[in-house]
Amino acid sequence: MTQFLASGSGMDGIKHIINVLCEPHWFLILSCVALAVFMVGYRTFTKPPIAAALAGVSTLFFIASCLDPNFFSIVSKGDNVPIVMMMVTLAFVLWIAFRQAAINDERMEKGEPLLEAGADDKVLVWPDLVYIELICLVLLTAFLVVWAIFLRAPLEQPADPNVAPNPAKAPWYFLGLQEMLVYFDPWLAGVVLPGLIVVGLIAVPYLDKNPRGNGYYTFKQRPFAIGTFMFGFGILWIVLIIFGTFLRGPNWNFFGPYEFWDHNKPAALLNVEFHDLFWIQMLGRPLPTEDVAFIPAYIIREIAGIAVLGVYFIAGPIILRAVFFRKLYVQMGFIRFSVMAMLFLVMMLMPIKMALRWTLNLHYIVGITEWFLNV
Amino acid sequence: MFERLGNWIREGQIWGSVFRHGVPRDRRTRAMAVLSNVFLHLHPVAVRKSGIRLSFTWCMGGITFFLFLVEIVTGVLLMFYYRPTVEYAYFDIQGLRAHVTLGLLRELHRWGAHAMIISIWLHMLRVFLTGSYKPPREFNWAVGVILLVLTMLLSFTGYLLPWDQLAMWAITVGSNMARATPVVGYEGPGAACIQIGGVPLVHAGDDARFGLLAGTFVGPNALLRFYVLHCVFIPCVVTVLLAVHFWRIRKDGGISGPL
Ligand code: HEM
Repeated sequence: MTQFLASGSGMDGIKHIINVLCEPHWFLILSCVALAVFMVGYRTFTKPPIAAALAGVSTLFFIASCLDPNFFSIVSKGDNVPIVMMMVTLAFVLWIAFRQAAINDERMEKGEPLLEAGADDKVLVWPDLVYIELICLVLLTAFLVVWAIFLRAPLEQPADPNVAPNPAKAPWYFLGLQEMLVYFDPWLAGVVLPGLIVVGLIAVPYLDKNPRGNGYYTFKQRPFAIGTFMFGFGILWIVLIIFGTFLRGPNWNFFGPYEFWDHNKPAALLNVEFHDLFWIQMLGRPLPTEDVAFIPAYIIREIAGIAVLGVYFIAGPIILRAVFFRKLYVQMGFIRFSVMAMLFLVMMLMPIKMALRWTLNLHYIVGITEWFLNV
Repeated sequence: MFERLGNWIREGQIWGSVFRHGVPRDRRTRAMAVLSNVFLHLHPVAVRKSGIRLSFTWCMGGITFFLFLVEIVTGVLLMFYYRPTVEYAYFDIQGLRAHVTLGLLRELHRWGAHAMIISIWLHMLRVFLTGSYKPPREFNWAVGVILLVLTMLLSFTGYLLPWDQLAMWAITVGSNMARATPVVGYEGPGAACIQIGGVPLVHAGDDARFGLLAGTFVGPNALLRFYVLHCVFIPCVVTVLLAVHFWRIRKDGGISGPL
């Protein structure tokens, strides 16, 4: 079996297919599809036998993949082991959460009490809670000690400002942000967007006016809130981290999971600017270089991109309100809805820019390089 | 025999002076056990049954807190061995492995930190999925988000301290972002507007990145700065916010549950 998995030309074919499926666009699209399928069919997928089967298949797949030297050398790097652990735990807790949501949703349809029901059912902290905490503490200590014994903390060569490693990666928990750098300039990917993530998270309780689903697992009662969070956290954060860690090699090039990290692979070229598309391709004119009255030339050059963004952020909320969120708007009111829509649109800027990159190889929508103001 | 010895100890003056309550065997003494202990008193005397089910909280907040304690203990021990200077830092870390008996400190500290990042994300996920940020817990969610940011900064500042290639270049990549900060980073949009008579006020020698690194590159000053932030400043702020977080859990009516 092992030999069959490790060698064999059929195996190479499969590996090749997987390598291709891991390319940025396929990887992102497939993860989104997987998330959507899971959320639509959460009642089915979380049934214990099905969940167990899924877990088993993924484990087998992972073990088989580890037989590939390129795959193994990446997942077994000291600082990457925690990410593998995170993926396993995340899958497990998501199962726990959505399983209970499925049960609760079913019970509410039938008018039965929730899993968490019984507000007056109180137990004493000593012994019930204190003992749980104690057991948790002991198990966790044991786990950490074993982990520390078997996996050495990485220590590379002494720091040398003259020798830059390739790729130079940020700590893994920031790799989602580093991956965003592929699509946005540092002022957005490294400063503004992370800032807005924090602001957006703090704003969540003040924006979500849905009174239901407070203090128990449910999905049916708050599909939009949970769906958005799962997209933001699951795809735009976790999947991008996985991507940045496991599939980005030298020069931040893409490498499939079974591919050798070849330093000579040429870096991707980006050469399509939105202003070129607009002025040269659409209007058949050269780029404007002269100021008009008090309007500087670069504003005129970028006028189309600015207009597109303006329409996106002004018409966006109006369309969202009219088409998708009529009820939500009534519930939230004007100000809350506007803030929510803005944050939502900023978040969606990421997948939109990705899609533009994959299809048109677009570099900047608005590229005022004179001011470092590029979107 | 042992029972008599136990009783003798428990009835003596020393035991009685430490633990003011009897053996926690009935409702009253069990309540007293929690009430009269400053640590256990973080908890109320009684809690909702559903709130302590592992499948509800996954104990994730508790695990995060426990990992924070592990980091404090192992971190203090590491401080005995580690000097935050370019000459010593790397070799002190190397020495930890070679010369310190049971040299697991660094491993415990590093893996504990990674685990804490994971557990805090999962804690947030749990709080979101149970809708526990909804009134009256909005403010505690906000405190939590600040804790999340600080925890990531703790990890980030600590990442530099081993002073190896991994550390230095990860921090270089990370801190390079700061020079693109709008207005206050010299390569950020708007920075060029801040000038007097054509002389730019925001340049590589005084922008946001310079403030973070105490220099224009990741060098000795950055090491010292990150060390102080990592060992003193951020942990203190986190401790205070944790006190607020735990206090508010109680004040907001304990672990959330359906009304
Ligand atoms: C250092 C980090 C943190 C520690 C040690 C911590 C600890 C805890 C603990 C022990 C609980 C009790 C329930 C449980 O275990 O789940 C709790 C509850 C809570 N935490 Fe945290 N937490 C941290 C970060 C966060 C973050 C990042 C958020 C959200 C963004 C958050 C929001 C909340 C809320 C809203 C509750 C109340 C939940 C309920 O009543 O069901 N906390 N926290």
